[in-house]
Amino acid sequence: MSELPLKDPAPAGDAESEPRQRRARKPVGWSVITIGVLVAVSATLVYRRDGIAGVLEILTHDLWLFGGILPRVLAGCLLGAFIAEILPHEKVSRSLGPSSGLKGLLIGTAFGAILPGGPFTAYPVASALLAVGADFGATIAMVVSWTLIGYGRAVAWELPIMGTDFVLWRIVISLPLPILAGALGRFVYVRMYPAREPS
Amino acid sequence: MSAALLIDILLWGSVAAVGFIAFQRGPAVLTASLREGTMDFITVVPRIALGVVGSGYIAAVIPQQIITGWLGPDSGWLGVLTAVIAGAATPGGPVVGFSIGAVALKAGGGTPQVVAYVIAWALFAFQRLILWEIPFMPARFVWFRAAVSLPFPFLAAAIAMVMGKP
Repeated sequence: MSELPLKDPAPAGDAESEPRQRRARKPVGWSVITIGVLVAVSATLVYRRDGIAGVLEILTHDLWLFGGILPRVLAGCLLGAFIAEILPHEKVSRSLGPSSGLKGLLIGTAFGAILPGGPFTAYPVASALLAVGADFGATIAMVVSWTLIGYGRAVAWELPIMGTDFVLWRIVISLPLPILAGALGRFVYVRMYPAREPS
Repeated sequence: MSAALLIDILLWGSVAAVGFIAFQRGPAVLTASLREGTMDFITVVPRIALGVVGSGYIAAVIPQQIITGWLGPDSGWLGVLTAVIAGAATPGGPVVGFSIGAVALKAGGGTPQVVAYVIAWALFAFQRLILWEIPFMPARFVWFRAAVSLPFPFLAAAIAMVMGKP
């Protein structure tokens, strides 16, 4: 990674001037409303079953959890923003773009497997990759690899709960899946959006 | 807890490393990406608050025994299908998904079924799609990725059936 700035004459100025269009987000949409309703109904059920003590206990626990996650969310957002800014567009399109072949899927898989952090890093970084020229296939390989063979969740959560044997065994089974998912994604994408093939 | 600390160190170390590269490109690049990242953070925090604080309630009311009861070793492909649906429907953070998987294993669930459950949950648990993935990524990509991921819990279960128990 430290070599990147040396080989990058042109795109830096480009990245500064080019407005990025991927940031059109509504703070509240139907998905937030759906979850909000689901949470309200569940909280009511908990209240009727366990009383106010039950509601408060879950609230305290989850607020604590939320407080612990917040700095990591910030780290993930910064990581995504930096990566979107410093990765040279042409280089990413070449190694992770639509015509990057199996190599692109392998790079995506390796990247997802070594990426530190949780969903708060994986999704901003994946989004940054898409923005700088990775195609759906390589990005799918990255996200699936992070979720299935990434060490972050496995070490922090899965090992203590499921036990080492199960986790190692599940990861071995999962090894080919990111590449297959990325390949399938590419296969379907080219047929769904034939007009968008690289010219 | 040391694992969590290690992950935090790796995470902030990576942020510092890419931040330094951005700084080498010039202070303007650094401040632009700092502003961009902070804006993302502000946009995303309310959704994550709702997801993290709310999922405890959802997890508290789902009937775990019913889910785990369906994943027995004799349940075959129907059990795998049930596991995949259950995995997609399981709300909450990692504790909930893995705990249900662990309970299912202890209660005598079949390994291929539990593998299918854990992998389906990891790939396309609906709450994670809506609360984590969509805020950060283009919605078109998220649904596309989830759809493409559908066959893989079944494939994993098939591999598990062939390989046998760990």
